[in-house]
Amino acid sequence: MSVPLLQVRDLDKSFRGVQALQDYHLELGSRELIGVIGPNGAGKTTLFNVLTGVAPATRGQIVFNGQDITRATPDAICCAGIARTFQNIRLFRRLSVLDNVRIGLQAHSHDRLHEVVLRLGGFSTKERLLEQQAYELLDRLDLVEYAVAQADSLAYGLQRRLEIAIALATRPKLLLLDEPAAGMNPTEAEALMRLIARLHSEYHLAIILIEHNMRVVMGVCQRIQVLNYGRLIAEGSPEAIQQDPHVLEAYLGVAV
Amino acid sequence: MKRLMPLVSIAVVMGLASLAQSALNDYYQRILAVIAINVILAVSLNLTNGYSGDFSLGHAAFMAIGAYTSAILTLPVRTKAVVLPDLPPWLSQVELPFILAPLISGGLAALVAFIVGLPVLRLRGHYLAVATLGLMVIVQVIALNWQPFTRGARGINGLPPFTTVLWAYGWMLITIAVIWRIVHSSFGRAMMAVREDELAAACRGVPIFRTRLLAFVCGAFFASIAGALWAHLITAITPSSFSFLITFNVVAMVVIGGSGSITGSVIGAVLMTLLPELLRRLETALAIGGQPLYGLSQIVIALMMLGVMLFRPQGLMGRRELPEVLALIGTGSTTHSPHVNTTSEKTA
Repeated sequence: MSVPLLQVRDLDKSFRGVQALQDYHLELGSRELIGVIGPNGAGKTTLFNVLTGVAPATRGQIVFNGQDITRATPDAICCAGIARTFQNIRLFRRLSVLDNVRIGLQAHSHDRLHEVVLRLGGFSTKERLLEQQAYELLDRLDLVEYAVAQADSLAYGLQRRLEIAIALATRPKLLLLDEPAAGMNPTEAEALMRLIARLHSEYHLAIILIEHNMRVVMGVCQRIQVLNYGRLIAEGSPEAIQQDPHVLEAYLGVAV
Repeated sequence: MKRLMPLVSIAVVMGLASLAQSALNDYYQRILAVIAINVILAVSLNLTNGYSGDFSLGHAAFMAIGAYTSAILTLPVRTKAVVLPDLPPWLSQVELPFILAPLISGGLAALVAFIVGLPVLRLRGHYLAVATLGLMVIVQVIALNWQPFTRGARGINGLPPFTTVLWAYGWMLITIAVIWRIVHSSFGRAMMAVREDELAAACRGVPIFRTRLLAFVCGAFFASIAGALWAHLITAITPSSFSFLITFNVVAMVVIGGSGSITGSVIGAVLMTLLPELLRRLETALAIGGQPLYGLSQIVIALMMLGVMLFRPQGLMGRRELPEVLALIGTGSTTHSPHVNTTSEKTA
């Protein structure tokens, strides 16, 4: 683990003068699972948007897997191996669950137009393989029975899981999860925690988890970063973070 | 059996087309050909307006490009010397067979769509609709003023009447087959992903711009072929032949049939071609006190469109395709839940 998978240096992001992220830095190993916490508006989602090219950085550098992706487009970053979920679930709502996953899988399929139109180059075999892979993935996330259902007909918790399935379909090395436990009851959050831990080991992933649910964060993360007003105010093990005076201050206010 | 269905339907359509060509009179042959041309227009417009979610109003522009290109390329050299005396020599000496002209026209329109698409497809929604409408105006103005190539407002007439029912239906089948295959591949899924949620699609590796450009360019290619067929059916073209009216009609076909369904576009095109024709006869037949009810057909069609939009805003077919509907009928209407509804599609 000498060379980190993700290296972020001096990252700034401002929106018309508003500093959403300032002097952010991170070194992430290829199998690490870290948490990013902080009050609302602390810049957590902005961090994900910058990392995935949705909102390019104002300053700083992001190196992923030896490749500078600071100015890369979202689709290029996805193909390079960073996948994400969204705080407010974003599925291809009117498409089937199967198609949702297939769209993720085809990030690496590079079909050519003439092969598709003339059915050359083993097109049918490739399509069959893609469908088979989609079913396998759905099976591993216990979604296979909904394969032909329309995505937005799924229950809320299942939609969250489908979003993770689509992200995994793009074969990421790094998975960014944006509040996956939002709106879940304790039992569901517990199950999600186990799922995250399982995916982390099964898919050999690095994971960055944004989460408000402290039980989930403290339960699965090896290391935690705390953001407040766009600045990194603490970083360390779950135990250390729970004791950190800056963190307590950010969350609870200053003791009188 | 299911694998043979496309081949069987191709054979049936072409068989019927050749039968129609030998048995029917000119009037019916012309209506049949217009139906096929409209199907090509609607199915190709559906790529952008239905699948990639870019509302284009520029279809008439590509049709015009196809019509003029094919006209210039196929006009006999001796006619050309009289009708278009100022053509550059490399064009005035050409007289291409009708199998090549639409292909070249399609290629040219695709090239134009590519060049225009690079800046224009940075726009979205209403802005894109207006910009593509602007494209139509530009093409019309060029056709009006580029005298040596288009004869301006006089237009080009006396074109060889190449477009038979067989040609029209042949090209229609090719169009449907090609677009069906594009739509049912990674390209089609990418288009639908862009339509559903552009940002999410980008974050899942879909090249947004390339996908939207592909839909636009393919649509232009086939619109141009339809324009070429139309030119050699009517045998006379003027700049005003490719007006907003045509664009409006094709958009209506797509919307009524169901955006995002190839079957729907076919149905929409057939309905929107046949109904005016049938209703026009009613105008005279339903004369009140010797006064024919002129305009009745337009009113009825407008009311029907209103009805479709009110009671079935997703269009007649929604986003369903024929095989799914057949499968639904086959399994009976007992299966209401969406989970079961589409299972049969997977095995198709």
